[in-house]
Amino acid sequence: MNRLIAKNGWVLGLVALLVALFVLTRFIQPNFGASGLESLARATLPFAFATAAMAVVVIAGGIDLSVASMMAVAGVTAAVLMDGASDAMAVPLVLLVLGIGVAMGALNGALIVVTRVPDIVVTLAMLFVWEGVALLILKAPGGAAVPWLREMIVGTVIFPWLPKAFVVLVIALAVIWVPIRRSKLGLSIYAIGSDERAAYRSGIAIGRTRIAAYAICGLFAAMGGLALTFSTGNGEPIPGPYLMASVAAVVLGGVVLGGGKGALLGPIIAVFILRLVRMDLTLLSVDPNVTTIVEGSIMVAVVMLGGILAVRAGRVKTA
Amino acid sequence: MVEPEGRLLDAQGVSKRFGAVVALKDASLTIDRGEIVALMGANGAGKSTFVKILTGALKADTGHVRIRGEERRVGSPAEARRSGLVPVYQEPSLIPDLDVADNLRLGGTPVEAFQHWVAELGIEGLRLDDMIGQLPLATLRILDLARALAAEPDVLLLDEMTAALPTDLVEKVLKTVRKQADAGQAVIYISHRFSEIAEICDRATVLRDGQTVGDLPIEAGVEEKVVELMLGAALGDGPTAAGAGAATAQANTRLRVKNLSAGTKLADVSLDLHRGEVLGVVALEGQGQDELFDVLAGMIRPTGGAVELEGTPLSFSHPADAIKAGMTFVPGDRADGLLMERSVRENLALPLLARPGKWGAIRMREEARRVDDAVDRMQIDRRAMGEVQRLSGGNQQKVTIGRWLASGVDILLLFDPTRGIDVRTKRQIYLLVRELAEQGASVLYYTSELAEVPAACDRAAVIFNGRLVDVVEAADADEQTLMRAAYGLSAAEAVPA
Repeated sequence: MNRLIAKNGWVLGLVALLVALFVLTRFIQPNFGASGLESLARATLPFAFATAAMAVVVIAGGIDLSVASMMAVAGVTAAVLMDGASDAMAVPLVLLVLGIGVAMGALNGALIVVTRVPDIVVTLAMLFVWEGVALLILKAPGGAAVPWLREMIVGTVIFPWLPKAFVVLVIALAVIWVPIRRSKLGLSIYAIGSDERAAYRSGIAIGRTRIAAYAICGLFAAMGGLALTFSTGNGEPIPGPYLMASVAAVVLGGVVLGGGKGALLGPIIAVFILRLVRMDLTLLSVDPNVTTIVEGSIMVAVVMLGGILAVRAGRVKTA
Repeated sequence: MVEPEGRLLDAQGVSKRFGAVVALKDASLTIDRGEIVALMGANGAGKSTFVKILTGALKADTGHVRIRGEERRVGSPAEARRSGLVPVYQEPSLIPDLDVADNLRLGGTPVEAFQHWVAELGIEGLRLDDMIGQLPLATLRILDLARALAAEPDVLLLDEMTAALPTDLVEKVLKTVRKQADAGQAVIYISHRFSEIAEICDRATVLRDGQTVGDLPIEAGVEEKVVELMLGAALGDGPTAAGAGAATAQANTRLRVKNLSAGTKLADVSLDLHRGEVLGVVALEGQGQDELFDVLAGMIRPTGGAVELEGTPLSFSHPADAIKAGMTFVPGDRADGLLMERSVRENLALPLLARPGKWGAIRMREEARRVDDAVDRMQIDRRAMGEVQRLSGGNQQKVTIGRWLASGVDILLLFDPTRGIDVRTKRQIYLLVRELAEQGASVLYYTSELAEVPAACDRAAVIFNGRLVDVVEAADADEQTLMRAAYGLSAAEAVPA
């Protein structure tokens, strides 16, 4: 039991922080309830997918600066193709867009592996490439989403307090990540992020694993783009503020930049924390500029605290 | 060609070049079922390149590697594993951020077999959900070995397996390996310890200058022959001792190291470094010399013992403290000590400006004079003054050492300063070091090349297995004496049975 707590200490801490924030929110806004929860979940959905995308490559020891641009490409592709499409066509179109996401991510990864140019440089370049592609597909916000897809993420399901967007997020992440995490591929992703030489010696194909990690990143980014298009009902070619937000949530979520440590659960909780903080500050009608200062301070404080606690724990262990 | 019955591995005529450097010319190694073969060679003999080729981490230029008579064109460690050769490398190759069970799954290791070997090798209380990163180094070495054994390889390759282990575990490992060999497994055993080789090996294959120069059965007195083979023609033709400072340097101790221990390697080393002396440090790879230099440079803290400067005890909590005390460390990796993108001038002047506690205006004329002087004296190539990274390795090294000529230095710690440098530049570096000593500096000079000791040093301290085993006058330090000492064999000692 103690070991379980020790291993998942970071996630438990984040859960506690999230609960505290919900209590605080009720305090600030006594009538915060089901509808507030629903709009929070819906607003968080694209951020959450962007965070999942970023988390996978960071765990693998990399980074992908093109996440937001890939979301834009996926979002506008869906909006253009679905404009006037029938309900039945929506499913193959969604799969097509997801496939495009995988291809974009795999291309990022392949470029890094083949050219040996640092990941941060390659994906910075691809940020501009995908941004241009998105604008070529759609010059100005437009297109449409098939209505039933919009209904899939708007509203609640089963219980009046359970947002559909949240359920979609959990299902999508679970269906994709859980099998990968338990497969050799998942272990290999952790392995190359943790110690590339040791991984190589253990017989892991480093290049292929890295490309796979970026492909998964592209897949999640495509989901984020779709979520955006579904919830707004049109395509937006200019990438939103998802890049920095995803890095922030990944770091706050206990994934170490540099690789090997962390999981998807922490960053997903972290992304809700960061959104909820923003919502609370808006409810308190705090100046938006102050809001970003608060968000930044929370990140530094939490990560620093975590570091101090880890050092403490380490000391006890060696003593 | 028909392979003899029971031949598991047959490597012949293996060569490998890196650019202009020939790492391997003609290496060969055979091993039969049930045999333990020691692969030996001095620093730079090509041992590690050969190991990388055998294990698939590198591809040979020519030659072949056959396993069980099957030609192998190995491209990766994974393929080498599949063909039946499983290595245990010098450093742990388990993933630190995964637990034991995940590491086993990653390599497809059967858990029960693994646990059997872990118990056999004497590790108790290991849990499958222990994180690798939190286990002690010795345990990790054993887990590496247990993982390799659980794969039931035809050929097991152990590279310095016992280096980080306490004695009781070494015994267990040796026993287990011998038992496996008796049961029919073949083992390639790489170690700097003759006693272990004598205890379990059947044959020794010796590499020198990238060539296999001998294949001897292990029997009484084999150490002598192995040392001779490792040294080859180099025996006895080293330059004579410089010795100029030796007479004046006596009895004027500047730096005293007393019973120093640090990390897992360095244990109880005592040294005296005199004024105006160049004291050589001789050791095989990983015998604790890295830790010794790291402690003196203030980069790690010792776990025991003391360092005294002119009789005053020193304790460093930061490299800046060591620098303030007058200790100057020149790392083996030149990139660690130079600003590669900046000019020779700036690099030479850096210690003049960067003295702790010195701020304010730089006296440009004075600086320029000193730097020009240093460039002349060191004969640094003037064509590439703009960026240090465009200088050759030898010229870069001259800059790292020569900057102390410009600024003056009390104690200079040189860690393998001539690695990968041409002969002419080496000479110039010896002269530089000598000049610094004559100015009154005390120099601690670790070198991986034994032939350098008489050329560059006054005395030499030999470290083996973390302990000081001998201090010899450079004049008496021919390579054979040093090599024997570096392998922990004293002249008087009987051959371990």
